[in-house]
Amino acid sequence: MSSPVNAPAQDWQKFLARKSFIELSAQDRATALLDAGSGRVILGPFDRLKSPWLPQQGIVAQADDGVVLVRGTIDRQPAVVAAIESDFQGGSMGEVAGAKIAGALEMTLADHRKGIPTRPVILFETGGVRLQEANLGLAVIAEIHAAIVALRPHVPVVGVIAGMVGCFGGMSLAASLCSHLVATKQARLGMNGPEVIEQEAGIQELDASDKRTIWSLIGGEQRFAIGQVDALVEDDADAIAAAVRAAFAAGVPATPRSARVDEYLAKLAAFDPTQAPDPKALRAAWGKGA
Amino acid sequence: MEILNYDYPDATAPLAKRVHVGVVGSGDLEVLMEPSPDGKAHVVITTSVNGYGQIWKNVIDRFFTRFDRAATIEINDFGATPGMVALRLEQAVEVSK
Repeated sequence: MSSPVNAPAQDWQKFLARKSFIELSAQDRATALLDAGSGRVILGPFDRLKSPWLPQQGIVAQADDGVVLVRGTIDRQPAVVAAIESDFQGGSMGEVAGAKIAGALEMTLADHRKGIPTRPVILFETGGVRLQEANLGLAVIAEIHAAIVALRPHVPVVGVIAGMVGCFGGMSLAASLCSHLVATKQARLGMNGPEVIEQEAGIQELDASDKRTIWSLIGGEQRFAIGQVDALVEDDADAIAAAVRAAFAAGVPATPRSARVDEYLAKLAAFDPTQAPDPKALRAAWGKGA
Repeated sequence: MEILNYDYPDATAPLAKRVHVGVVGSGDLEVLMEPSPDGKAHVVITTSVNGYGQIWKNVIDRFFTRFDRAATIEINDFGATPGMVALRLEQAVEVSK
């Protein structure tokens, strides 16, 4: 693990010169992945597709429901980026927010059936379903899953998890259905967040304040090491954009990760569930070494 | 949650373009500013914190001592301080130029 503290001088300069992707707003993140000047927002805040459910519960809605859709080009090919704004309700998926993403993916599928090779990218920064919208949120997450699976044979569906919220719940399944997943060291990917696990199973199961343990279990570096993330990149807008372009250049993978059922069943069968492996042992068994 | 409405009929200069800044995040707010259809300024505030109408009035009144555009301003607030509100409004003005 390289640390900027011990890095040579030129790495320091590179570190300082980089443009942090994590610090960007959802719209700027999406625009940073597209060819310069090509991005245009569709269904933006002035279309006022807000959550009808939050105000009924005394919660202020956001004009775009926390999802920004930007059309443009990636390497001069048509593209659409769906970015989740993590500052609004923890990036949670409400009915409108999820429908915007599902709709964008379904329109991309329609493009492919007409011979337009639109490239889909999803920026996952989400705690999962918006609890205030319950089943409606879950239903649109299922639509996102279905759209990713339908689109996957036509074009790589590229997901990015940058941080700092991470990607949890039903949206972690969406991320794992993607053809290609890009993450940073700051990213986390998991079904239940650490606070949920501590609350439900007790602090002896997981101490949610123990950042080192949490990142060693579900952090971007560990997910990459055990083969659940395809590219590990620095928190640098140019590096992430390059990783996304490379994913599209590589084309549709022969077998998506989520279709490699036998491989994962065999891997799971090799473990005794009463003896949970530590992160290092999991790397040794599943991945690219500890 | 509370919804507040303020009108500024003396602000009549045209607004060059519509602007969106900010996010409905903790201690933050979003501002949507667009040309007003009736040539006067209107402000609609939806805030998560009840009972601060007078402070909102003071902040928006002060903003309109220097801002003269016929804008419809929608504010969606998630507990921003008056200082934060003033900064977001200034940012919206900068972007609208």
